[in-house]
Amino acid sequence: MTDATASHTPQPGQGGETAKSSLFTVSPRTRRRNASERRFKAYGVTAILLGLLFLCFLVYSILSKGLPAFTRTVAEVELTLTQAQIDEAESTLLKTGAYRDLMIAELGKVLGDVEPDAIQRIVGNPGAMLRNFYTANPDAIGDTVAFELPTASRVDGYFKGRITREGQANSTFLTPADLDLADRMQEEGIIKREFNWQFLTGAEASDDNPVAAGIGVSVVGSLYMMFVVLALSLPIGVAASIYLEEFAPKNRFTDLIEVNISNLAAVPSIVFGILGLAFFIQFAGLPRSAPLVGGLVLTLMTLPTIIISTRASLRAVPPSIRDAALGVGASKMQSVFHHVLPLALPGILTGTIIGLAQALGETAPLLLIGMVGFVALRYPDTIASGFLDSNSAMPAQIYTWAARADQIFYEKAWGGIIVLLVFLLTMNIIAVILRRRFERRW
Amino acid sequence: MPNLWILIIIGVVAVMGFVGARQRALSSGQGDIRNLHSLPSFYGTNAMLAGLIPSLVVLALWTAFQPLVIQSSVTHIIEADQELSDGQLSLAMTDVRRIATGLELAIETGRLDLNQVMDMRADVTDVRPLLGEMGVAVGSDVTPRDLDAAQRFVAMAQTGNLLKTVLVIALSVLGTAFAFVRTSAVFRARNAVERVTMALLIAAASIAILTTVGIVLSMIVNTVEFFRLYPATDFFFGTRWNGTSQLGVLPLLWGTLYISVIALIVAVPIGLFAAIYLSEYASPAVRSFAKPALEVLAGIPTIVYGLFALLTVGPFLLRVFGSGGTFGVDWMSGATAVITAGVVMGIMLIPFVSSLSDDIINAVPQAMRDGSLGLGATPSETIKQVVMPAALPGIVGAILLAASRAIGETMIVVLGAGAAARLSMNPFEAMTTVTTRIVSQLTGDADFTSAQALVAFALGMTLFVITLALNVFALYIVRKYREQYD
Repeated sequence: MTDATASHTPQPGQGGETAKSSLFTVSPRTRRRNASERRFKAYGVTAILLGLLFLCFLVYSILSKGLPAFTRTVAEVELTLTQAQIDEAESTLLKTGAYRDLMIAELGKVLGDVEPDAIQRIVGNPGAMLRNFYTANPDAIGDTVAFELPTASRVDGYFKGRITREGQANSTFLTPADLDLADRMQEEGIIKREFNWQFLTGAEASDDNPVAAGIGVSVVGSLYMMFVVLALSLPIGVAASIYLEEFAPKNRFTDLIEVNISNLAAVPSIVFGILGLAFFIQFAGLPRSAPLVGGLVLTLMTLPTIIISTRASLRAVPPSIRDAALGVGASKMQSVFHHVLPLALPGILTGTIIGLAQALGETAPLLLIGMVGFVALRYPDTIASGFLDSNSAMPAQIYTWAARADQIFYEKAWGGIIVLLVFLLTMNIIAVILRRRFERRW
Repeated sequence: MPNLWILIIIGVVAVMGFVGARQRALSSGQGDIRNLHSLPSFYGTNAMLAGLIPSLVVLALWTAFQPLVIQSSVTHIIEADQELSDGQLSLAMTDVRRIATGLELAIETGRLDLNQVMDMRADVTDVRPLLGEMGVAVGSDVTPRDLDAAQRFVAMAQTGNLLKTVLVIALSVLGTAFAFVRTSAVFRARNAVERVTMALLIAAASIAILTTVGIVLSMIVNTVEFFRLYPATDFFFGTRWNGTSQLGVLPLLWGTLYISVIALIVAVPIGLFAAIYLSEYASPAVRSFAKPALEVLAGIPTIVYGLFALLTVGPFLLRVFGSGGTFGVDWMSGATAVITAGVVMGIMLIPFVSSLSDDIINAVPQAMRDGSLGLGATPSETIKQVVMPAALPGIVGAILLAASRAIGETMIVVLGAGAAARLSMNPFEAMTTVTTRIVSQLTGDADFTSAQALVAFALGMTLFVITLALNVFALYIVRKYREQYD
């Protein structure tokens, strides 16, 4: 109070000013206060704009760096191999090398006077692909077959602007003269860009063949994990929330559960990875890198999220519904399962989808249970074996690519992020639609 | 018999039990459900649960514990003739398990029958080509001891599976039959079913406790093991870390805290001012656009931020602060640095801080604002002198929660912070954190008995304790200093 009184007492020296003040002239103090008001508001606007700027920057860098992963540069070659040529190639020591030389010779005929090494630097190593094709289709021997060969990763990078002519000046892997040749091949229509289906359907590939790497297998791994998470966390989460919200008496035991749930929600995800490693792999002896183990770990991680949102939607159902059910003779259990639960269902599903989306993007625990490195190599043979076969997951695959040396894997990693974000976006949109369409206000 | 078939059989038994008990109840009430104590479906459900629950529990437990039992008894065979160290033992067990897998495959595909497998002798038949045929590669020739152990392994697994099948199916049939016999018009089926349902609900709720217990146990056991191999004082007070012989946690904690502080310096002002603007100034239109847009930042997986740090922000900062950069200062030598990880983590935390603070600011009663504005304060003075003091405990709590998030964050620092453990003040240097080291010590083919791998559990324990303490402290502050207005 002393302050307030003091400021109202005219101070010596200021008295003259106070007397002259008028509503039409702004006093210096008011001006100061107004300026401070404007400054404060500007800070707020700046903060919002900075946040949005970061968002735009993030989206821009994802799109600009990731979209090239969805196209690839291919060389189209028509090749006719006779049985004699095949036999000869099969008899050599380096069979794929012999196939490669056949292809290079064919390209050399089309292009005229070019050294074979330059062609090899451009088309990379198509030998294995050719050999696999002819082993699988012996009928095609003797016919003219049009092959689409993915070009070497550096040529791909050149056409996508990742590699510049200046940068290759001293390179032995791809010389500026090779780039001239590549340009000529593009003008002649041999080299062209096309949509890269292999990126969406393919498996992880080694450093020798980076262009072939794709995210398809790890998408399957992620789907298996999501299936496990959904199948376990939805029933368990809903059951736990029903107990806590509808039946639990107030005692030590339920308090303990409540404290545990709120703490688990804040435990760092990597700790769940340690749990998975120590319990599921070391103790229970489940295999490493298995989507089943990943799913179990993510289930434990997602449960608190699902329980919290389920409880909120159970709480939103008004007590009158329960009272009405009890009033016409339903048991407490019947009132919950027949009336409260169906009414809370849209909210529960929304929460579950958001929990699943979180689990889908989680990486750290998966690294500890071995879903990292060269694991997403092939699709599971049968639907059931997919749970235990070594596999990766989308985010872990992205991490594996980001940790590799070759620049083309960075492009794959950004591309993988686009795929991951498309999944997340779809899930969130479904959640929003569910909420908009079915949520009831009481 | 594989578990899938067992599941199908007990499923069929359960369905039969449901239909049968329902019919029996109806007929015992002379076809009029008014004569029954409960609705007919409760009698059916009762019979179904009586068959399903015991058999499923036994099936799950048996499947989980059979390998452990077999393993320990086979270990005895291997250890019978000589003492082995833990490492040798686990290697030998891996071999035995591979051989056993091969033999089991041979039986499954019909190449051999059980007796042939049991009669096999390592000095007579060469087992290796047979295993190769089954797609199981064995490193060296199979020793008699290993084959013996593997045969024991196969035999026990076969007997175990047979026993399991018989026991589980018997339980399911018996349980169903028992409930079926008890079914009559006066039997209180609804009460029975509801008791079981309640037990299931409680069991589901207890999983949260089990998870915590599991986390704490798995870390304590391994941490104790680690401290047996490596002195605890050297771990807690050591200032050097090289991942193999020197395992001092201080440089890691320093890196973790440094990065978290930078993250908070970025996130707290931006998040707080954004929350203030959104709740106090913004028009509904701006709010309905800006709030979800900021929250998109929270929905982006951390791996995306990690890549953003490594490939976008890091190189950008290097161009600005590196040698020959925009400012001409040579402060930064690599894209991964404390500041890279800190800034990106700060961006990630903005929505976390802003949405928590937004809720807290909105909870301050409007009457207090009106009072302040009525006395002639400007909106900003109202916020600074009335709203903020009222919301402060909540905001401090939110900041502590954000700090706990930052300390436990993994992917951003794994990709953005670098791998060098050092105690330095320079934010442009690469440093490493607790979470990064957990990942690097445990990925790859780590031998779980070595100090190098076990240290990860001690690090995990440290992390768990720190984040738990922060969360509890945040809750305590919020509870203790919260102003009650209503």
